Amino acid sequence: MTEHKVCRQEEIPEGGARIVALGDLEIGVIRHGGDLFAYRNLCPHQGGPACEGVRMASVVDTLDGDGTYLGQNFDEGEMHIVCPWHGYEYRLSDGVNVCDAKLKLKKYEVAERDGHVWLSI
Amino acid sequence: MNAQDRITNQRDMTTEPFDTSVHLAHARQQAEARNYDEFFIVDVDSHHYENEASEEIASYVLNDVLRNEILYQGISRKGISTGFGQYQDLGGRLTRYPNRKKEQVPPKPHRDVTLMRRWMDAMGVDVACMFPTPLLNLGLSPRVDLEVELARGYNRWLCERVLSEDSRLKSMLYLPFNDPEACPKIIEEFGDMPGVIGFMVTTTRYKGVYDNAYLRTYRMLEERGLPLGFHTGLGGQEPGLSTAANRFLVLHALGFAWHNMLHLSNWVINGLPERFPNLKVMWIEAGLAWIPFLMQRLDNEYMMRASDAPLLKKKPSEYMRDMYYTSQPMEMVDNARALELTFEMMKADSQLLYSSDYPHWDMDLPSVIHDLPFLEEGAKRDILGGNAAKLFNLEPQYAPWKLERRRQKQQAAQATASGR
Repeated sequence: MTEHKVCRQEEIPEGGARIVALGDLEIGVIRHGGDLFAYRNLCPHQGGPACEGVRMASVVDTLDGDGTYLGQNFDEGEMHIVCPWHGYEYRLSDGVNVCDAKLKLKKYEVAERDGHVWLSI
Repeated sequence: MNAQDRITNQRDMTTEPFDTSVHLAHARQQAEARNYDEFFIVDVDSHHYENEASEEIASYVLNDVLRNEILYQGISRKGISTGFGQYQDLGGRLTRYPNRKKEQVPPKPHRDVTLMRRWMDAMGVDVACMFPTPLLNLGLSPRVDLEVELARGYNRWLCERVLSEDSRLKSMLYLPFNDPEACPKIIEEFGDMPGVIGFMVTTTRYKGVYDNAYLRTYRMLEERGLPLGFHTGLGGQEPGLSTAANRFLVLHALGFAWHNMLHLSNWVINGLPERFPNLKVMWIEAGLAWIPFLMQRLDNEYMMRASDAPLLKKKPSEYMRDMYYTSQPMEMVDNARALELTFEMMKADSQLLYSSDYPHWDMDLPSVIHDLPFLEEGAKRDILGGNAAKLFNLEPQYAPWKLERRRQKQQAAQATASGR
């Protein structure tokens, strides 16, 4: 495994993302909630650039104790990476698709050290 | 040193402006990896947003009152109180919807030409048949005069401002079907114009295709050898599904199939294939899963109720196998066996035509056909372009990048052969 210096920490602001290419391999480095996440920029659906879209909180149907529908809400505790081609959604925390756990974005290690962002391939 | 051993490029998504070619860069990678330069690809159903050219189109509308109204009201409906029409973008999740409007293009050619070329070249599409977007639901409007005026204005605008600029762009022009008398006039006026490869009826409407008033339209198309395409839509204003479906997903999944199923059933059971045996008919944008369903339903009922369909000389499914279908949105989740059977039942090798539906939210790349494990190479190429070339009498006209790539490959092969 090789560690690559990507950029200075402040060059990926909160909510921002950077697409890092190593030859044909593209990796999205995303900052959310102060943390960094890195996934391969390739949606298993039709090959879309999964990390180039938006991040949105999970939408939940809110029910009361007897199953009565009360409305929809965002669950800010579960952010999703949304592929901009078709809207396939993956959990930001582990890259697993929210509809079918067989579909995953490949995850990479990313760290912050000495004022820089470091990506391990 | 391996290319993956070092960072070769970085893009900052916080500041990068939207560009179709960049958005679809992975599509171009697929096109090159699969050598799409070696064969002709036709996209039979793609779209543009004619509402972004409302003012231009208004200037082509002859009626003063309607032209004034279009100028001030625009062509599309907007806002959450007007149904589901604006929820195609998944609440901002699909970035090309909001960002495409800000995409930079040169002053010439027309903006729509540049945007079409960008996505076509990314996907490896050589020729594309383009359709409108908001106009797909105009058939549900009670304003028949508006449909006629807007159809004529839109068609003339499209021919003069867009199709005339690039022969890779084609269209099956809009027929104002709620006025049967107006349709032959549209065919007469536009049937021979460059880029016009047929005519299109939107199926989001409730006029019966069997009405005698339409026979002249069908005969004209049959005599001219121009295909008739039935293009489905959401039907966000229609009086049935849309009043009960509270989620866009339900309305879209059912509505797109429903409108084509209704009119195809009427078309077959009323014997129109027997009355117009040489009219080429195509069903657009409803996916494929409904086709085996409808074949089974109609055949089963026909066997018990032959008196309801006395003009038929064979089973409904056999007429359905004579018609043409576009591929998108191809249902592909956990259904490989069903999909293969669907291809077999509909005689996909000769009757199916690739379509992307780009830039809409459920678009399909050519790879959805190219990568199917059960298709022979010849069948893939026919579905991706050969069937369309035959149906529409298209001369193969390749994207410039494909021609250049072929030239480079030839040069490399010659250099290898000569030992250089």
